[in-house]
Amino acid sequence: MRTKLAQIGRRLLQALPSVIGIIVISFLLTRALPGDPAVYFAGAMADKESIEQVRKALGLDRSWVEQFFIYAGNLAKGDMGMSHNTGRPVAEELLTRLPASLELTLTGLGLAILIAVPLGMLAATRPGSWIDHLCRLLVTAGVSLPTFFTGLFLIYIFYYLLGWAPSPLGRLDILYMPPPHATGFYAIDSLLAGDMETFAATLRQLVLPAVTLCLFALAPIARMTRGAMLGALASDYVRTARANGLTRSKILFTYAFRNAALPVLTTLGMVFSFLLGANVLVEKVFSWPGIGSFAIEALVASDYAAVQGFVLSMALLFVAVNLIIDLVLTLIDPRVGLED
Amino acid sequence: MDAQPILRIDNLSVRFRTRNGTVDALKGVSFSVAKGEVLGVVGESGSGKSVTAFTVTGLLDQAGEACAGTINFDGMELTKANEAELRELRGREFSMIFQNPRAALNPIRPVGKQIEDVLIQHAQATRQDAKAKAISMLEKVKIVEPYLRYWSYPFELSGGMCQRVMIAIALACEPRLLIADEPTTGLDVTTQKATMDLIRDLTREQHLSVVLITHDLGMAAAYCDRIVVMQKGEVVETAAVRDLFTAPKHPYTKKLIAASPGPSSKLDDLTAVLDDNTSHQPSMTRTINSGADTGHLLEVVDLVKEFPRRDVEMTGWAWPVKKREAQVFRAVDGISFVLKRGESLGLVGESGCGKSTTSSILTRLMDPTSGDVIFDGANVTSYSAQQFARLPQRMKIQMVFQDPSDSLNPRFTAQDSIAEPLKRLLKMKGSKQIDIKVEELAEKVGLEKALLSRFPHQLSGGQKARVGIARAIAADPLLLILDEPTSALDVSVQAVVLQLLDRLRCELGMSYIFVSHDLNVVRLLCERVIVMNRGRIVEDGLADEVLSNPKDDYTRQLVSAIPHFEPGKL
Repeated sequence: MRTKLAQIGRRLLQALPSVIGIIVISFLLTRALPGDPAVYFAGAMADKESIEQVRKALGLDRSWVEQFFIYAGNLAKGDMGMSHNTGRPVAEELLTRLPASLELTLTGLGLAILIAVPLGMLAATRPGSWIDHLCRLLVTAGVSLPTFFTGLFLIYIFYYLLGWAPSPLGRLDILYMPPPHATGFYAIDSLLAGDMETFAATLRQLVLPAVTLCLFALAPIARMTRGAMLGALASDYVRTARANGLTRSKILFTYAFRNAALPVLTTLGMVFSFLLGANVLVEKVFSWPGIGSFAIEALVASDYAAVQGFVLSMALLFVAVNLIIDLVLTLIDPRVGLED
Repeated sequence: MDAQPILRIDNLSVRFRTRNGTVDALKGVSFSVAKGEVLGVVGESGSGKSVTAFTVTGLLDQAGEACAGTINFDGMELTKANEAELRELRGREFSMIFQNPRAALNPIRPVGKQIEDVLIQHAQATRQDAKAKAISMLEKVKIVEPYLRYWSYPFELSGGMCQRVMIAIALACEPRLLIADEPTTGLDVTTQKATMDLIRDLTREQHLSVVLITHDLGMAAAYCDRIVVMQKGEVVETAAVRDLFTAPKHPYTKKLIAASPGPSSKLDDLTAVLDDNTSHQPSMTRTINSGADTGHLLEVVDLVKEFPRRDVEMTGWAWPVKKREAQVFRAVDGISFVLKRGESLGLVGESGCGKSTTSSILTRLMDPTSGDVIFDGANVTSYSAQQFARLPQRMKIQMVFQDPSDSLNPRFTAQDSIAEPLKRLLKMKGSKQIDIKVEELAEKVGLEKALLSRFPHQLSGGQKARVGIARAIAADPLLLILDEPTSALDVSVQAVVLQLLDRLRCELGMSYIFVSHDLNVVRLLCERVIVMNRGRIVEDGLADEVLSNPKDDYTRQLVSAIPHFEPGKL
């Protein structure tokens, strides 16, 4: 157990250089963006002098190195700067918007896992059957349809034509009040508050964007599950299990699936980070008040602090997800962790 | 022995559906196994021996089907049984063990749990006493500290221990028939002996019938009562062990027996009954110009190679708290020997003895920790492995690798593979010139010209081995290092390749270092042999002498572990 803890600690420390790298790169990249924030914020009527004034107020008249150390120093104090676009601190903006994005992404991912993993397993146990063909069809569709298209398509059918879905405008219909803040996840918060009506309304809003993301995430997970299961079912240890007369379900779950779960888990980590990227467009389509739409607006306005904050929080999220996947892998697979 | 056999196979035919139509894998196979009998099924790859076993247990993959014949297990007709009935029988009435035991065990489940699974499945144990029974099974297969090993994963155990666990799983429910499919292929000879002895003892104790599938005639002779010889899906001969070896009837049996190297066979005898051998030339005696050229080609002085131990905590920069003394593992521990020009030297030992590390250092694919290798008058260890790759000496040391399939580029034709050293090492230009040279080399190794345009997957094992040899001799090396060049080949192919190697050495005046675990094979090709154990040389002498009169304990153990048939002893 102590070696396991040491491993986790070492793994955390290994993430440090990448975080530092991300801070530096996000800073440099935002500076390399075309567009001058001083001009943007000074307004259309500003003359040269007032632009210089704004530049000075934003601290952009200093050298890059100086700016970086100020930024890093503030970061160490937990201050991510002010978003000049919204006029609120970046940290505050991210904290309110991140749960919205996470709620959407995790629901989409969860849905995808619930569908893709059984689908992949069934396809692998019956290669060439109708379910295998269905799996292949879904995978092809999921890969070839861009998320903004599926999003608009779903809105067109379920909102415009059928009228089943509520208007795609944010996390909650304007008739409802957001539930009291506990986790920031509306579905969980409304349940905690015992407000079933708000909970149902939250879910109604969540369905279409989550399904959009789910369709996107489905393809790689189903494909990986199918492939890994096929490999595991053809392996020597499954042959041994069969030769010893173990039941089909025991072979399928204890022997084949647990082994197949290892590559699937690794894929999940990758899919999650893809989803974070796909999120940006889906949030725009569904007017979802997440960090994706926040980032786009900040980018358009060359809002340095906001963009840096967004990139940094995404990177931290990415590092955290990979860490969690690694830890789960160590728990399932006894061979992991010996290599380093 | 009861009159009623426990297993009777009658006229069994199995067909495989493939993309190019159906293939008959078994054509009317018949044999029976009596109660308490150990029946050997021998044959080379593709003879259908494993297909027979899988058909009996109902584990044949979906492309294959039994299209004719019956399999009778103790009065029960297995070809008509459905999957659920078969599942009940498997593990309880008959069970199987396979080759490559480490892959045959679930890699992420403790081995004890895997034994439990079988016990619980067949209601031989309840959840409460399963653990105790699993541990007692581990004890039965002579695993030390069974209660600790219960929690071990296959990757933590040696190959031999994994096979013991497999045996424990197979015998846990006290079946009446055990089918062992090449149970010791890939294991060291001493481990092989221990494993086979264990199987023999346990099956005798339980009065079990055994079907032992093997390509090794020596092993079949040592452990079986009766032997079935199979070739291309047919049984060609069935006889008691003594009769089979003293008076083989079928020409294929004769060929197999002749091709299996024993402690007294000669290289020429191996193919004495081979009728289709075209490349073999009559009796090439070992007349090396030893008198004219007595110089040492290779001198190895106090060679050491150390590897960092794996289980030591890595001291990366991110974890500077603990800094242990770096422990090392000496793979090669101060060995010295000399090789004369034109001499052939065998390097023998079990896995982990350092023979492969030594050969990698000699070919300068690896840097030694200390020591010298003096090749053709120059100290080649004074260059780093990378520098050496550009030196002219590089082409004078060539290597033939263990796996003829994996050591050829799958995207290269035989022609390309052989031409590669001509282009890279000899810097030959002009495709005409290269083509001529490649054909010349192919002729030398007995590879038909028509085969040169084929890719590795279109060639047989023996043909691939020939490509590997042709590639190695392309640059006219002085020293050829052969790393188990025949271990993946069938015995009859091995015989031909060994003869080819011997002929080439005489013709081209090369020196060989022949790395192998098989003393009998080494003796056929080498005058002198070095036996290695744990990185050290334990014995060094003339091959015949070392084999017939080993002085070191370890060598004696090694020699006695080789299963073989001697007509006198049967």
